[in-house]
Amino acid sequence: MSNTLRPYLAAVRSTLTAALCLENFPSQVVERHNKPEVEARSSPEVVANALTISRNENERVFIEPSVNSIRISIKIKQADDIERILCHKFTRFMMIRAENFIILRRKPIMGYDISFLVTNFHTEQMYKHKLVDFIIQFMEEVDREISEMKLSLNSRARLVAESYLLELYSK
Amino acid sequence: MSQTEIRQFNFGPITTHAFNKDRTQVAICPNNNEVQIHQRTAGGWSLIHTLVEHDKLVTSIDWAVESNQIVTCSQDRNAYVWNFDQTNGKWKPTLVLLRFNRAATFVRWSPNETKFAVASGARCIAVCYFDEVNDWWNSKHLKKPIRSTVLSLDWHSNNILLAAGCADFKARVFSAYIKGVDQRPAPTPWGDKLPFNTVCGEFSNGGGGWIHSVAFLPSGDALAITGHDSQITIIYPGQESYAIKTNNLPFLSLLWVNENQLIAAGYDCVPILFERQNDQSWEFSKILDASSKKKNINESSTAFNRFRDLDARGISSRSGSDETELKTIHQNTITSLRPYNGTPGDISHFSSSGLDGRLVIWNFQSLESQFKGLKV
Repeated sequence: MSNTLRPYLAAVRSTLTAALCLENFPSQVVERHNKPEVEARSSPEVVANALTISRNENERVFIEPSVNSIRISIKIKQADDIERILCHKFTRFMMIRAENFIILRRKPIMGYDISFLVTNFHTEQMYKHKLVDFIIQFMEEVDREISEMKLSLNSRARLVAESYLLELYSK
Repeated sequence: MSQTEIRQFNFGPITTHAFNKDRTQVAICPNNNEVQIHQRTAGGWSLIHTLVEHDKLVTSIDWAVESNQIVTCSQDRNAYVWNFDQTNGKWKPTLVLLRFNRAATFVRWSPNETKFAVASGARCIAVCYFDEVNDWWNSKHLKKPIRSTVLSLDWHSNNILLAAGCADFKARVFSAYIKGVDQRPAPTPWGDKLPFNTVCGEFSNGGGGWIHSVAFLPSGDALAITGHDSQITIIYPGQESYAIKTNNLPFLSLLWVNENQLIAAGYDCVPILFERQNDQSWEFSKILDASSKKKNINESSTAFNRFRDLDARGISSRSGSDETELKTIHQNTITSLRPYNGTPGDISHFSSSGLDGRLVIWNFQSLESQFKGLKV
């Protein structure tokens, strides 16, 4: 693990631990409704200040807390076109299956690759520290996953090119 | 009963709980529209009544111990007063005329049980009293400076003053004097003349944030408030106030043990004791959860685990190990603290309930003696 990743993840972890203090909060605007305030934005006083944690210009996390919900958006490192395509495909694959991931949001917010929405109903059902662990683990593994995919894509391309050229050569 | 008594209920989070007078029954909301009443039996607790009248989440319950009435309020904008009908052995609901157009969030009986106050998301508090002529519970609204949802309430021991913690970062002390119901109150440090809706004080905690809980000192001469900035502020009207800054996650509930000791609990899943030192400043005293202390020592000794966690996940020693369960008694946020045994101002046992579905009765006296030797 590189040296900048450790403090980066530690900062994200402690921010999430502090931000995941959620309670049941009925809507002040619509009667008999109960909505995540960070999405509804109907009462400004119950949405706390948002926070960005950046590792470098390409990798950052955007955390928007509110009284009953918190939105976490992640910008994944994309160095070149292949990584950009892989990252897009990978996050899209997950987001069309968002209900299986429970806290995943169906669309990322502008400027980020993937967003999570955690509400008080999630923290009631799940251990908070495990939710934090899940997000941290996701952040660690998504980089590894994408670089692995890139490697296998490259080796496959090499293999395809090789066998194609062999065909030409033999004729 | 000498030690901490833990009861795990199997229905998920407990929104709130309230005991009856002799502590043989407890009213619990299992995070839905029902209120369950459990009776203490030899082996534990058994369900004896289910009160179903609300159609949204029940947010708060309070049991008037002397008159044996339960008041419940819910996000469906209503509150009910429940009376036990001896003839058929059932609880009978009476609708309260709250006139709210948003969710009701919190309810508390006044100390002499002639009135109760209901907080709401409609930026007002309803002070309800029994109207003999029409035979129903009527209400008067406290509205004036409230600008957001009211999250918690607490009554002063004189039955008149009412403290409210709001989501607009302020705690306020109101007069809830109702002509015809209340006697003219004696002067208090909060004010002498107290017509209805007098604002006796408006306070904010230093760091801002929603005020999660308010609690009057048993004598009523001070008010403790705690907000989302994890700070507890103790306000003496007309004198200086004390702020206790903590490193903990925010607290959701406050409980005075006596004039010099205050218990707070919340997102850290443990009750924490704060004490007044030599009648001067207020300070953190100890964590009232023996199990959390013991195991931490064991864990930090395994250096291998610590470095492995540091390397693999970017976490430092204590937090986030491979274990799923927390080392505390409560496994999730503690949402309410209630006195269990003792008189106001001298509490020997208290109860707590939380999102983990546990109801815990803590023996404060034995906990305190247990920790005496451990003080550094």
